[in-house]
Amino acid sequence: MKSLMSGNEAIARGAYEHGVRFASGYPGTPSTEIIETFAGYDGVYAEWSPNEKVALEVGIGAALAGAKALVTMKHVGVNVAADPLFTASYTGTNGALVIITADDPSLHSSQNEQDNRNYAKFAKIPMLEPADSQEAKDYIKIAFDMSEQFDTPVFLRTTTRVSHSKSVVTIEKPKSIKDHIGIYFNVAKYVMVPVYARARRLEIEKKLQKLRDFAENFSENKIEIINPEFGIITAGMSYNYAKDVFPDYSYLKLGMVYPLPEKMIRTFASQVKKLYVIEELDPFIEEQVKAMGIEVTGKELFPYTNEFDPGVIESSLKSDKTVTLRLADVTIPPRPPNLCPGCPHRGLFYVLGKLKVFVAGDIGCYTLAYMKPLEGIHSCICMGASIGMAHGMSKALKDKGKGKVVGVIGDSTFIHSGIIPLLNMSYNKSDAVIVICDNRTTAMTGMQDHPATGYTLQGEKTKELNFVELASALGIDSVHVIDPYDIKATRQVLQEELSKPGPSVIISRRSCVLFKRSAKDEKKPLKVNADTCVGCKTCVSLGCPPISWKKFEDTAPMKRTQGSKKQKGVAFIDSSLCTGCTVCQQVCKIGAIVEVD
Amino acid sequence: MRVANEVKSILFAGVGGQGILRASDILCMVMMEAGMDVKKSEVHGMAQRGGCVTSHVRYGRKVYSPIAKKGDVDVLVSFEKLEALRYLDFLKPKCTIIINEKELYPPSVNLGDAYYPENIIAIIKRTFKSLKVVNASEIAIKAGDIRAENTALLGVLSHYLKIDISLWEKVIRKSFPEKAIAANLKAFHMGRVS
Repeated sequence: MKSLMSGNEAIARGAYEHGVRFASGYPGTPSTEIIETFAGYDGVYAEWSPNEKVALEVGIGAALAGAKALVTMKHVGVNVAADPLFTASYTGTNGALVIITADDPSLHSSQNEQDNRNYAKFAKIPMLEPADSQEAKDYIKIAFDMSEQFDTPVFLRTTTRVSHSKSVVTIEKPKSIKDHIGIYFNVAKYVMVPVYARARRLEIEKKLQKLRDFAENFSENKIEIINPEFGIITAGMSYNYAKDVFPDYSYLKLGMVYPLPEKMIRTFASQVKKLYVIEELDPFIEEQVKAMGIEVTGKELFPYTNEFDPGVIESSLKSDKTVTLRLADVTIPPRPPNLCPGCPHRGLFYVLGKLKVFVAGDIGCYTLAYMKPLEGIHSCICMGASIGMAHGMSKALKDKGKGKVVGVIGDSTFIHSGIIPLLNMSYNKSDAVIVICDNRTTAMTGMQDHPATGYTLQGEKTKELNFVELASALGIDSVHVIDPYDIKATRQVLQEELSKPGPSVIISRRSCVLFKRSAKDEKKPLKVNADTCVGCKTCVSLGCPPISWKKFEDTAPMKRTQGSKKQKGVAFIDSSLCTGCTVCQQVCKIGAIVEVD
Repeated sequence: MRVANEVKSILFAGVGGQGILRASDILCMVMMEAGMDVKKSEVHGMAQRGGCVTSHVRYGRKVYSPIAKKGDVDVLVSFEKLEALRYLDFLKPKCTIIINEKELYPPSVNLGDAYYPENIIAIIKRTFKSLKVVNASEIAIKAGDIRAENTALLGVLSHYLKIDISLWEKVIRKSFPEKAIAANLKAFHMGRVS
């Protein structure tokens, strides 16, 4: 049966068809849908772990018990999981362990553009790279077989365009499962103290040699000789882009990007006159081919940054650049992503922006509050960085920083990697204020559950982490819960906590406005009473999508009826988009914002 | 002799929340039903929060890239007026452009810092001759479901593609919950003859 599937859906399907029944991961674009899809299959265990390190350790444990374990994360998640990763390479897997690294060239939804193929070489773990959904489904099966055959974790790398593109896939019946689950004792293999780790270290090099031999005959490393003038070595989505514009060139398409098949590359190089490597991001293949002493052209022509597309490849290789049409001679206003209408973060960041404090931010929807007009976030590095950074900044500033440093972090992000830094704040006597933006879900990646929502990935009720009790247990004496829809109280609590010595935690609690489980209080949408509006733009400074401001000359039928002579226009609310959160109503000093009748 | 492998590219553009991804899913399934190879590509995550959304759909005998290169798109379906301007460099000189009349203001326009361009249709007409402007919200409301704007636009698109109408109907029936099927089919047909 044929089906249209994204790369992520195909990975989940392939794993299921291949008898995988165990998966763990942490949500992160573009990887999230793998586990979500997998969790929907019968008889599987799937979990959102609190972070990628835990997810990988969970997978390693399952594999040691003989399971086939799938662990998923985005590229930067592998940084978090790197500690167990490098040593799991030593221990091997017993069962099978495949780690998905979903890279994000062009940083569509990420803080950096790292090329995780480097992790394969660094951690000495083989890596496969599919080019479309059918290959994603096929390669995940090969990856599990390789993991079993070579007793090693195996990487499957996707990029955003593989994860989120859809293409036609042939669905197969799940194969019957051979159960190898049990307790396996093998201290010399699983206790990585120096004496055993040194021995395993030698095993890795032997294993890598076996994998190099395997790569030479690997069915997914394919040579296609068409025109012998031009040969292209490529892998993953870049293959599709290149085939699209240069269908008649010769190709070495690598299904496995680490380790490389040296003999095959030499054979291919000898069969073509001019050799290119086409790869997004780092010259990962190119440098290895050059180290083989083979003449090849890569990053001299093709960009280091951003994802490719057929046009990028064509224009890099062709001297006669295609001329694109000169078009609209008009300024097109940009349309950056924005906090949603009624987003609970808006009230909090409106207040923070006015307090003139440094706000160390974190990873989540709320990062968008850095933009105009809120401008309520002043740094963003990685998951959990806000708390450590706020503490470090506050310590460095000493008296200059009193009442001036805030860290903000989302609920899921706090659980991911904010708990230990918060413990550090109480232990090392910090003065910073930490706000946990608790919108009761992992909103940015599409509403995934986490330990504080009280539900598992598979929808079962479970223990619900209590942030107030946790903060107290970590030694934070001053813990407050606020509703960010209440501007006055939000401002008051923030000001009080900033004026006090010692660390404090404020939990800004209000469900994500898009989150269905808790969206129960239907509020009436609001409108601007144009007769009372003085055009001061205070409501506009919330940056809420339904609120706009128009000059009088642009509001055809309307005449200025009131206000000072300086008044140039009025505010509008598109009531069809308004959720009635009342934040704009609270900031309007003259009461011009009213409920729609 | 190599048989020419003609691949057609359709670009959907608009704003997060307008049902663009659903629309491109439906088109892909129609093409799959019609026996073609098809690929589509879009970006999720942070980029989706009220920002620009595009979805590329490419179909033919054998499709490699899921995204079209600049200058290679055959049909642009813009769910929002301004968004049509953003992707003109992706279009073939002889392409078809379908534009929903809807205007959604970007933040800088809401703040009064930038203008929403006034003469979008005229600007596009200067370069592109095959232009169809529709009011998809009006069609959707008449069809009985305001959310059926995307199927109304698919109806308009279907007029330009040589695909059996029964395949469209079959896929639309499969793509919506029972209670929404009638309105979506109606919106599709109204769009098709608009």
